[in-house]
Amino acid sequence: MERLKSNRAGKWLVQNPIWGFIVIIFVFFSLSNEYFFDMRNFQNILVQTSTIGLIALGMTLVMINGNIDLSVGAVVALAASLMVDIQSWEAFSGWGNWQMLPALLAALAAGTALGALNGIIVWKTGVDAFIVTLGAMLGVRGLVFIYTEEQSFFAMNFTFSDIGMSSVGPVPSLAVLFLIATVAVHILLSRTVHGRNTYAVGGNREAAVNAGIRVGPHMVVNFMIVGFFAALAGVTLSSQMGASTPNLGREYELWVITAVVLGGTKLTGGAGSIIGTFGGVLAIGILRNGMNLMQVPAFYVLVILGSILIAVLFLDKQLTRKGAEALKT
Amino acid sequence: MAETRLKQLGGIVARQGILIAFALFLVGFAVFSESFSSTENLTSVVRQSAIIGVMAIGVTVVVISGNLDLSVGSMLSFATVMVVDLHDKIGPGPAMLVMLVAVLCLGCLNGFLVGMLRLNSLIVTLGMLSAIQGLTLIYSGGQNVDIADQEGTWFALFGRGEILGIAAPIVMFAVLAVVMQVVMSSTAYGRRVYAVGGNPTASVFSGIRRSRVVFSTYVISAFCVGLAAIILGSRVMGSQNNVGQGYELLVLAGVILGGTSLLGGSGTILKTVIGVLILGFIQNGLLLLGFAYYVQWLVTWVVIILAVWLDVAAKRGRLFSPIA
Amino acid sequence: MTEQTQTPALRLDGIVKTFPGVRALDGVSFEVRAGEVHALLGENGAGKSTLMKVLAGMHQPNEGRIFIEEREVTMESPLHAKAQGVVLIHQELSLAEELTVAENVYLGELPRKRWGFVDWTTLNAKTNEILKRLNCNFDATTRVSDLSIAKKQMVEIARALTVDAKAVVFDEPTASLTDAEKVVLFDVIRDLRARGVGIVYISHRMDEIFTLSDRLSVLRDGNYRGTLVTAETDEDEVTRLMIGRSLSYERNHEHVELGEVALEVRGLSCGSLYHDVSFEVRRGEVVGFYGLVGAGRTEIAETLFGLRTPSAGTILLEGEEVRIDSPVDAIAQGISLVPESRKEQGLVLGMSCRDNITLPQIGDLTTGPFVSNGAEVAIYDMYRDRLDIRSPSWRQAVGNLSGGNQQKIVIGKWLAMKPRVLIVDEPTRGIDVGAKGEIHNLIRELAKSGYAVIVISSEMPEVLHVADRVIGMYQGEIIRTFDAGEVTEDSLVQAISGIRADKAA
Repeated sequence: MERLKSNRAGKWLVQNPIWGFIVIIFVFFSLSNEYFFDMRNFQNILVQTSTIGLIALGMTLVMINGNIDLSVGAVVALAASLMVDIQSWEAFSGWGNWQMLPALLAALAAGTALGALNGIIVWKTGVDAFIVTLGAMLGVRGLVFIYTEEQSFFAMNFTFSDIGMSSVGPVPSLAVLFLIATVAVHILLSRTVHGRNTYAVGGNREAAVNAGIRVGPHMVVNFMIVGFFAALAGVTLSSQMGASTPNLGREYELWVITAVVLGGTKLTGGAGSIIGTFGGVLAIGILRNGMNLMQVPAFYVLVILGSILIAVLFLDKQLTRKGAEALKT
Repeated sequence: MAETRLKQLGGIVARQGILIAFALFLVGFAVFSESFSSTENLTSVVRQSAIIGVMAIGVTVVVISGNLDLSVGSMLSFATVMVVDLHDKIGPGPAMLVMLVAVLCLGCLNGFLVGMLRLNSLIVTLGMLSAIQGLTLIYSGGQNVDIADQEGTWFALFGRGEILGIAAPIVMFAVLAVVMQVVMSSTAYGRRVYAVGGNPTASVFSGIRRSRVVFSTYVISAFCVGLAAIILGSRVMGSQNNVGQGYELLVLAGVILGGTSLLGGSGTILKTVIGVLILGFIQNGLLLLGFAYYVQWLVTWVVIILAVWLDVAAKRGRLFSPIA
Repeated sequence: MTEQTQTPALRLDGIVKTFPGVRALDGVSFEVRAGEVHALLGENGAGKSTLMKVLAGMHQPNEGRIFIEEREVTMESPLHAKAQGVVLIHQELSLAEELTVAENVYLGELPRKRWGFVDWTTLNAKTNEILKRLNCNFDATTRVSDLSIAKKQMVEIARALTVDAKAVVFDEPTASLTDAEKVVLFDVIRDLRARGVGIVYISHRMDEIFTLSDRLSVLRDGNYRGTLVTAETDEDEVTRLMIGRSLSYERNHEHVELGEVALEVRGLSCGSLYHDVSFEVRRGEVVGFYGLVGAGRTEIAETLFGLRTPSAGTILLEGEEVRIDSPVDAIAQGISLVPESRKEQGLVLGMSCRDNITLPQIGDLTTGPFVSNGAEVAIYDMYRDRLDIRSPSWRQAVGNLSGGNQQKIVIGKWLAMKPRVLIVDEPTRGIDVGAKGEIHNLIRELAKSGYAVIVISSEMPEVLHVADRVIGMYQGEIIRTFDAGEVTEDSLVQAISGIRADKAA
C-alpha cells in the first residue's frame, strides 16, 4: 500500500480505484469474448451509457456539494415528452426541421427550472435535499402524467430519430455529446471558481461560510445543472427511441447515484471527481455490455452491480479504518 | 404576552401540522364529495393503503434508529414472486414460511452490513435494491407468475377475505400497527431503538448494544415486507417481477409525511399510519373529485415539502433558513 | 527581547459577553502591542475561547470596545474581522480537505479570469510567496488531505498572511504537534512577531508560554486578572493568578473511613494513549486524576468502561480479575462512567428526563414484556429528590434543561445502577458556579456512603476540593500519586508538567 502511494500513477489509482476495476473487466471481457474488443462495440458502450452518464455528470456536482437529487428520472420523462410533443405542434408545422428547436429549448428550460426550484427550496427552507427531491420525484412524475394524459408520443419527423442514430465522422453523435459534456463539466469543476467553491461548501461548510462563500447560490446552480443534464438525457433518449413514454426514466436516479458513488464521490460531500464518475459510468456500461455479449442474463448484472456498490463502500471503510486504540462505539 | 401566546400557537400548529392538514383534507373531501365520507369508501381507502402501510411500519423502525431502507420495494417484488410461485408447488402454508425465511435472510444481510459493519445505510440498501431485483429475475427466469386455482385456496384469505367482518388486509395492518406501536412505546427494546437513533454514541455509553439494535430493525423491516407480500400476492393471485418497483419511495413518503425525522430518534408508528392514510385519502379524495389518479403525486409533492418545512421551521424558530 | 513598538496592534476595553445564565466575560481589557507575543492563560471555563470568538467576529460582545491600531472597530463576522486585520488560527482546523493549499489559503477570494475561471498562475504564485515566507517545504498545488496536521496548521497561518494582518490569534496551536513540529511553528510565530504583527497565544502549557511570549495576561472566571512581563515572572506566580484564592472551594481535609479495595489496576497500557498505569481505589474514597488535556486520563476511564481495548495489564474488582470488553460488561461488573462530554456521550437530548435516567437498566424495569411506568417514575423521583434535579416534569426533554441539571441527570442515571465504582469525567464542565458546588458536595457524600469514586478533572481547585488522593498524569504516564494532606498546588503543577518528585526535590 505504502509503495503504491509513493509513485504518481499508483497514487492516482488509489484515488480512483474504479479505473483499476475497469482495466480488469476490460481485459477479462477482451480475452473471454471475441466480439468485445471491437471499435464498434466500444462506440455502443458509449452510446448505451450516455443517458445515465449525462445525468451522472450533474449529479456529481450536486453530491460534491453535499446534496442529492432523486428527481432526475422524472425530469428525463418530462423532457422527453416535451421534446417529442412540442415539435409536432401546429404552430411550428411550417418550420421544417427547425420545429425541433422550440421543443429542445422547452425541454431543457423545464429541466433547468425544476432544478432551480429544488435548489431554492433546499436553500430557503433548510429541508434536507433527500426529502425535497423525493417529493419532486413524485410530483414531477405527476406533472408528466398530467401533461401527457398517460399517452406515449411518437415523433412524426424522422429527422429527429435520425439524429439519435447519426454519427460525427465514425463516432456516434450521442457518444460525442457525452464526451464533450464530460470534458465541459470536468473543466467547470476543476477550473472555475464555482467548481472549486462547490468542493469547499461540501467539504467544510462552516469554513466556506466563514470565508464569505455564498452557500445557497452555489447549491441552486448545481441543482440547475443536474436538471439541465437530466433534461438533455431525456432529449437524447427520446431521439434514440423516436418516442417518449410517461414512465421513461424510472429508477434512473438509482443507477445514476450508483455510478457516481462507484466513481468515488462521497455522500457526505466535499470529495469526488468527474474522472471518477466517468469511470463509474463506464464500469456499469462495460459490465452490462460484456455480460450481454457473453449471454449472461441481464438479471445477474443487477446482482453483480449491487454487490460491487456495497463492496466499494466496504473497501472505502477499510482504507479509512481507525486503529486498535480507537473508541469502540 | 400576546406575542408568546401567538408563538405557542404557532408551535402547536407546526408540531401538529400534519394532523391539522389531515383533518382539513378529510373535511374538504367530505364537503366536496358526497361519496367520500361513506363507510365503504373510507374502508376501501384503508384496505388499499394496507400494503404500503405494513411496509411503512417496518421502515419507520429503521428510520427511528437513524438509518434508511430503500430495499423494501425490490424485496416486496422478490417476496411476492416467491410466495406466489411456491404456492402451487408446495402449498400455501409452506410457501409463506419459506418466503418469510428468505426475506428475513435478506433483512439479516442488510442488518449485518449496516449494523455490524457500520456501512452507510443509503448506499447499502440502494445496492441491495439492485441486487434483490436481480435475484427476483433469476428466481423467476423473467417470467410473471400466478396461482392456478384462485378461488379454491385459503391463501385468498389475506388479500381478499374478511376476518370478523372486516377486510383481512385492514385487520393485519391494524394488528401490526398496534403491536409495533406498543413495542416501540412500551418495551425496553423500543426505548433502545429510540436511544440509538437519538444519539448513537450516548446509547453505547449507556450500555446499549448499538450494532444489534440496528441489525434487528432491518429484520423487522424485512418481516413487514413479508407480510405485505402475503397481502399483495393473495389479492392479485399472481405477480410481476417488478411489482414493488418504486414502493420504497412511496413508503418513505408516508413515513416522512407522518413526521418521523430522517435523522432518527423521533417519530412513532401511529404517525406513520396517519402519514400513509393521508397519502391514501389524498389519492382517493382527488379521484372522487374527478381528478386523474396521478394528480395525487403532485399534491403529495407539495404536502411533503410543506409538512417537513413546518417541522424544520418550528425547531429553528424561523421560517426561512439563515444560510447565505 | 525583540524590538517592540509601544502602539497597541489590538486593544480591548471592558468586553462583556453574557450567555443565558452565564457571564462568560466580565469586563475584560488588555492590549497586544505590535511585534509582541502576548500569551493568554486561564483554566478551562475562564473565558479564553469566548474572548477569542469575540475577537474573530463569531460572537458579538454585549458591552465594550475593540480597537485596531487605536481605531475603534466592530467585528460582524469572521470575514469582517479578517478584512480588518484580525485572524484566528483555530484549534480545530477549518480547511476543505480536497482542495489544494492555494485554494484553501484564498478560500472565498480565489482570483478570477474571464468566464469565472480560476487564475491559477496568480493564485499559486501568491500562495507560494506566502509559503516561502513561512519556510514551508510544500507547494501551493499540494492537496490539503495529503498534509500532516502541522502542515495544515501552516496553511491556516498562510491564510492569515493573505491580508495585512495586524493581529493573529493562536488557539492551543501545539495541541496535536510533535516536538519537532513545534520548533518550526515557534520559528514562524517569532518571524511574524519580527514583522510587527501582534500575536495572541492561547495555551495551557507553561513551558511554551515561557519560551515564546513577551507578556502574558490571565483570565479567571471571565475576569481579567492582570498582565505580567514574562521575563519578570515565574510559573508559580502565573499559576497562582490562574487558580487564585477567590474560588470558595475548601481544601478537602475530611477524614474518611476507607473500606476494602474496590478497584485495582495493574500495569494497564493502551497503545500510545497511556502506558503502564497502576492504581487502586478503595470504598469510601475519591481518587482524583489531574493532568492536561491529552494526558491519558479520559482514555483510562474509557478502557475501564469497556470502550477501549487495553494492550496490556489487568483490572481487578474487589480482588477478582475481570475482563471488560464492552460497556455492557462494565455495567454488569458494577462500573459506571459519567462521560466527559455530556451532550455527545452522556445524554439522548431529545428523550425525557425519566427515559435518560433509566436507560442503562431499562431491560430490568419490565413487568412481563412491558416497561413498568411505575418503576421508572419511582427511580426518576428518587434521584430527582436526591440530586435536587430541577425540571418541570419527568416528561421534559433533557435538551431543554440547564447544563447543571443535565449533568445531574447523567450522574443520577449512573447512581441508579448502584455501581461498585463510579467514574466521573469532568464533573462540572460548562455548568455555572452554584451547580458546581452542589455536584462537588454530592461526590463527597457518595464517597461517604461507601462508593469508590474516581474523579477526572482539569480544574485544580476541583480536584483539591473533592479528592482524597490525587494522581498527577503527564503524557500517558502517572507521574506521582499524592496522599491526602501531602498534595500542594506547586507539586501538582510540577507533576502534570512532567516533573517527577525526585527531580523537583
